[in-house]
Amino acid sequence: MVAALLEVDKLDVDYLTDAGPVRAVDDVSFDVGRGEFLGVVGESGCGKSTLLFAIAQLLSPPARIASGEVRFKGENLVTLTDDKLRALRWKNFSLVMQSAMNALNPVLTIGRQLADVQRGHGVRSDDTIEARSAEVLKMVGIDPAHLRSYPHQLSGGMRQRAMIAMAMLFTPDLVIMDEPTSALDVVAQRSLMLQIKKLQAELGFAVLFVTHDMSLVSHFSDRIIVMYAGQVAELAPTKQLFENPLHPYSRGLLDAFPSVRGPRRALIGIPGSPPNLLTPPSGCRFHPRCPARFTPCDQVEPDLYPVDDAVARCLLHDPAIPRPADD
Amino acid sequence: MTSPPLIETRDLCRHFKIGNALSRLTLHAVDDANIMVGEREIVALVGESGSGKSTLARLLAKVYPPTSGEIRFEGRDLSTLKRRSDLLAYRRAVPMVFQDPFSSLNPAYPVSHGLLRSLKLHRSDVASSGRRAEAAALLEQVGLVPGAAMLDRYPHELSGGQRQRIGFAQALAMRPKLIIADEPVSMLDVSIRIGLLNLMAALRSEQGVSVLYITHDIASARYVADRVMVMYAGHVVETGPTEQVLSDPRHPYTQLLLAAVPDPRAELALDDAEVGEPPKVIDPTPGCRFRRRCPLAIDICSAVTPQLAPVAPKQAAACHVAQQNTVSAGAVAR
Repeated sequence: MVAALLEVDKLDVDYLTDAGPVRAVDDVSFDVGRGEFLGVVGESGCGKSTLLFAIAQLLSPPARIASGEVRFKGENLVTLTDDKLRALRWKNFSLVMQSAMNALNPVLTIGRQLADVQRGHGVRSDDTIEARSAEVLKMVGIDPAHLRSYPHQLSGGMRQRAMIAMAMLFTPDLVIMDEPTSALDVVAQRSLMLQIKKLQAELGFAVLFVTHDMSLVSHFSDRIIVMYAGQVAELAPTKQLFENPLHPYSRGLLDAFPSVRGPRRALIGIPGSPPNLLTPPSGCRFHPRCPARFTPCDQVEPDLYPVDDAVARCLLHDPAIPRPADD
Repeated sequence: MTSPPLIETRDLCRHFKIGNALSRLTLHAVDDANIMVGEREIVALVGESGSGKSTLARLLAKVYPPTSGEIRFEGRDLSTLKRRSDLLAYRRAVPMVFQDPFSSLNPAYPVSHGLLRSLKLHRSDVASSGRRAEAAALLEQVGLVPGAAMLDRYPHELSGGQRQRIGFAQALAMRPKLIIADEPVSMLDVSIRIGLLNLMAALRSEQGVSVLYITHDIASARYVADRVMVMYAGHVVETGPTEQVLSDPRHPYTQLLLAAVPDPRAELALDDAEVGEPPKVIDPTPGCRFRRRCPLAIDICSAVTPQLAPVAPKQAAACHVAQQNTVSAGAVAR
């Protein structure tokens, strides 16, 4: 088998707080294949954004990688020097942030910001820069006339598109996206998702896509990681996850949003809130909110158990523990 | 309908001057809006960013006055309210819950601050000695238990969902008749949203409060609302009972909104991505404001502004094509 494009191996990230280190990402391992679309979903505070920042080596104190490796094309990014990282960023992997309004510089034109990235990677000719900038804007459906526009002159959807255009400048192998659509309304969100999918089909890059809205990635991702309280709760092929979620938390997320079709039915969401990671619950971290908990859940810490093509961190799937029905 | 609706608007407009003092450009944020909310009713106002739905909400909350048209509350024209006591009574009856639970609470004060002030100002029936107990009871009504302990928490100690519940508790403190909720769940996690939607439904059924629920998420509108109004570029383009509008949308814009909802249970329609955006309505000329994005547009659409007219029992749409397709205009609905 060919080595994966990105391998995350037993990654731990700590936030050093006055009350002691808080483990925001706990023993997370997965890989992303070439051209794959991998979704990462979970609630606020589950560690999904911290995980992305750790992968892109953008963590700043008090966060730090406590242990583990992030291998990109076989090279461990964690131990790479800043200079070497700088050469890789934009060129081999790029990042699209949640809020384009904050990620773009408000006092520079879009064209200038696209040019900066290219100059930073050694492109010298102004003509080449201008041509490539216009080309990537066209790719995301923005008129190249906007090269001379400032971020505030673009709508929210266009700003996000401009960010994606910037990520495409060097046709990277991996694009990491942190909730790029969360500031947009449903229509703009859908058109942006279709755009990303179209670009991916044309250019063949892999996508690591973080979102709190599972339904958003349902049509786009190949596999989905569900994170809860810093850990992987479930990792499954998208279709399987939607049809047969293994972890009660995944099921809760699936049942948390109303549908526009089918019968109207009462939903309860997931009562309670995610745990404080300074004092995570004993046993399974989800047990205080879990509708399916049974005797050992508050004592035994579940492992990731393989089921078919997926893995789930739930004692229901531990072959060594009898199911509650057998009690 | 026998009694007058709780609140209704007649040809409500709000225009803003934009640009510098010499430019004389006007932005038409809301144009000729005729809306209505009845007693014990949850009405969803749905539209994209920039469609004017928040402006309409602020007009109803008297954040700023209308450019023209009128708002009638329980049959009374709001512009005739001049006395301070009348205005206070209106603000008491129609409070607002804001979108961003992180900036709508004062971080320097505990939760009790806003609640106690509302009680002091608006609830003369509660003695000063009983305010804390009343405030605690309000918190429990919105699901923050134990209420007495929550009163002393600061906003930074609370999650987004909890903060938004406090917004609803502050509104409830005034014994309101209508809560205007401007995107109350759009900044919350998916798992928490349902809890707040259920809360709105409970307030309606248990306390008889009406809610104007403003959102861009038509799926959540379907979940809680009895009726839905769709706005586009300052115009109300379709109204009707939620289930009816969503199962048989007549206005092409409502159809577009519905198609945009991600639904894992349905197959993805990989049509060409809709990249249009709602226009900024600056000094508009007559004609349908949706025509440039509309798959059904015909000649008349660029000449005559369509008015909201019945297309089915209780359902109205502002669309020339939909109106032509309506063979028999049934009962008038608004």
